[in-house]
Amino acid sequence: MNTGLLVLAVLVIAIAGFILGRRHSLVTANGDIRNLHSLPGYHGQSVFIFAAAPALLLVCVWLLAQPLVIESRVSSMIEPSDIPSGSTLGLVMADVRRISDGLDVAVAQGALTEAQIDNMRADLTDVRSRLADVGIAVGSNVSQNVFLAAKEFRALNGIGRIAMAIAGLALALAGAAFAYSRITPRYRARNVSEGAIKALMILSSTVAILTTLGIVLSLVFETVHFFRLYPAQNFFFNFTWNPQFRGGSDLGIIPLLWGTLYVSFTALAVAVPIGLLSAIYLAEYASSTVRSVAKPTIELLAGIPTIVYGLFALITVGPMLRDYFAQPLGLGSSSSSVMTAGLVMGIMVIPFISSLSDDVINAVPQAMRDGSLGLGATRSETVKKVILPAALPGIVGAILLAASRAIGETMIVVMGAGAAAKLSVNPFEAMTTITVKIVSQLTGDTEFASPETLVAFALGLSLFVVTLGLNVVALYVVRKYREQYE
Amino acid sequence: MSVAEAEKTRERWQTVMSGPAPEHIKMHTRDVCVFYGAKQALFDVDLDIGEREVTALIGPSGCGKSTYLRCLNRMNDTIDICRVTGKIELEGEDIYAPSIDVVELRARVGMVFQKPNPFAKSIFDNVAYGPRIHGLAGSKSDLEDIVVSSLKKAGLYNEVSDRLHEPGTGLSGGQQQRLCIARAIAVNPEVILMDEPCSALDPIATAKVEELIDELRENYSIVIVTHSMQQAARVSQRTAFFHLGILVEVGDTDRMFTNPQDQRTQDYITGRFG
Ligand SMILES: Nc1ncnc2c1ncn2[C@@H]1O[C@H](COP(=O)(O)OP(=O)(O)O)[C@@H](O)[C@H]1O
Ligand SMILES: [Mg+2]
Repeated sequence: MNTGLLVLAVLVIAIAGFILGRRHSLVTANGDIRNLHSLPGYHGQSVFIFAAAPALLLVCVWLLAQPLVIESRVSSMIEPSDIPSGSTLGLVMADVRRISDGLDVAVAQGALTEAQIDNMRADLTDVRSRLADVGIAVGSNVSQNVFLAAKEFRALNGIGRIAMAIAGLALALAGAAFAYSRITPRYRARNVSEGAIKALMILSSTVAILTTLGIVLSLVFETVHFFRLYPAQNFFFNFTWNPQFRGGSDLGIIPLLWGTLYVSFTALAVAVPIGLLSAIYLAEYASSTVRSVAKPTIELLAGIPTIVYGLFALITVGPMLRDYFAQPLGLGSSSSSVMTAGLVMGIMVIPFISSLSDDVINAVPQAMRDGSLGLGATRSETVKKVILPAALPGIVGAILLAASRAIGETMIVVMGAGAAAKLSVNPFEAMTTITVKIVSQLTGDTEFASPETLVAFALGLSLFVVTLGLNVVALYVVRKYREQYE
Repeated sequence: MSVAEAEKTRERWQTVMSGPAPEHIKMHTRDVCVFYGAKQALFDVDLDIGEREVTALIGPSGCGKSTYLRCLNRMNDTIDICRVTGKIELEGEDIYAPSIDVVELRARVGMVFQKPNPFAKSIFDNVAYGPRIHGLAGSKSDLEDIVVSSLKKAGLYNEVSDRLHEPGTGLSGGQQQRLCIARAIAVNPEVILMDEPCSALDPIATAKVEELIDELRENYSIVIVTHSMQQAARVSQRTAFFHLGILVEVGDTDRMFTNPQDQRTQDYITGRFG
């Protein structure tokens, strides 16, 4: 029985339990719902939970544990002499798994019967070619010992699957029966379902937290690996970025960090005034009809894929800036430039600033506006002196969010600013950012374990630290804002 | 509508005048109608606000007291769907005339709101807000004088003199409301509008504010909305009773409460509805 079918069967049992439990609770209450502590639906839910939760949990744990157990049992069957020179136990075990899978496929296709497999011996039959017939490629010739290991592997797996199915179904039935037997009018099924919902929520947040932790840990792990191969002070303080295929690279983060900050700063210089002014207009001046059209339209900007912005930068903005600004001013003749990427990225992050600022401005109590207007202040005086100071922390939060978005952006930079790592103050020169280099280092031809590739993780971690720092600042500011308002 | 019905409606809208009009009229309103979208909230209100006296607006909630009050300094302009017709004059000048500067008008007709709404600034800056935007102070010491004298007039100075630079939002509710009154006084208004200024306050703070209103009467014309008839009786000289958007009866406070002319006024005052 395969796992999908097993889960389905458990769910069927649980649903049946739900229906029976619901009906049974009414029967115990003599058909009068008022005699029940919990509504019939909760009694049904409680049976459902007791049937499904332990069984599914068991299946999960089993699925994780079974390969480990079987692997260790089987690998002890492999003698050192079975491992060809230049190979490892791991590679042989991979063969074992593949042969076992191959036998499954052969049986499924009817090329072999179970009895044939039992009698088959690797030293007498050419297992490799027979498996190749059913489309399974095995690395080397199969020795008898490995073949036996594969057969053992296959048998254990089969037993495991059957045992899991039996255990899972038994547990589901037992759980359902247990919960069903507990149903009485006074049974607090409502609280059981409350507890189960809480557990589900905790489980979900645990998954989210563990994933984050996992991502960070894998970054840290590879970064440590990188710093073993490449000195940290060169990475942080070297002013050149010049990776070589044959080693001896300069992998200084400074030019990339400079490019990142320069492009992001340009983007914010575009987005903050435009975003903020349009937020103020929308929140304080616009009539509700204008607002209902303009706000979604601006937010549409956030929905455009960045590759489209990239095209816009590459084809329109870049050449335009070059022809009308850079060349006439004698500042260079490159159509990829910090300015191009910054401008386009600025347009992209406008909605982050305008939309969030609009929300925080709207959250300033109307009484503040009335107070100011009632004293004879104009609207813009009210905005400047009362509303912006009150909303400022929230606005700063919005700007920092936009900043972390800009710092992490890749596509627009590749297409707008190019891929040349340079330290320059000329905004019309091509430069590049950390994210772009992460992509190019990881997609290069160099070996994975070389510093040229691993540097991507160090870059990624640095970027993560920068954006994390920004987020912490944003969180701090927002919290302070809350205090001011109570 | 037949002629008879129209006559009847007109009669229903006719305001009963119990007692003479005020001697010196500060604000004069005629045929004031207010619409929120298609819904009419006030019907042909004729009311005169006397100079240097307190006029109380009473009536069941939703009858249009706040709406009327907000016409007097054009705060209704800030509501998109709100439309005002009729004539409202301040010292004989039509305040809805195109030539009128609303901002200036609101400096002459100040307002105190139902819920104390100090800005999230220091006590000093709260009071200095109006003088600063209107350029009323020639120098820093001028500004300080204005702030201190406004706080004194609002009876708050003694309580806050040692913490002028702490946030106004940190004061108690009653103190906040007096701060808002000081803030309104600081721009030197002629009329002060108060919309249920004590409804968020405890009895002791209410008594203080009422006392203050009585003192302010010497220098300002005051219009106060209140849902407490005792309060209207205590602080006002004239009372106007609104019902369903109609100004039913207006007159001397004493006479209104002892000898109301209209049946509806009588019912409200004796607590039969509202
Ligand atoms: N901003 C508004 N939009 C629509 N209708 C309003 C608005 N303000 C008040 N109204 C309506 O106008 C009528 C009078 O309200 P209001 O003047 O606030 O009454 P009061 O202050 O006497 O309790 C009520 O029916 C109310 O629903
Ligand atoms: Mg009101």
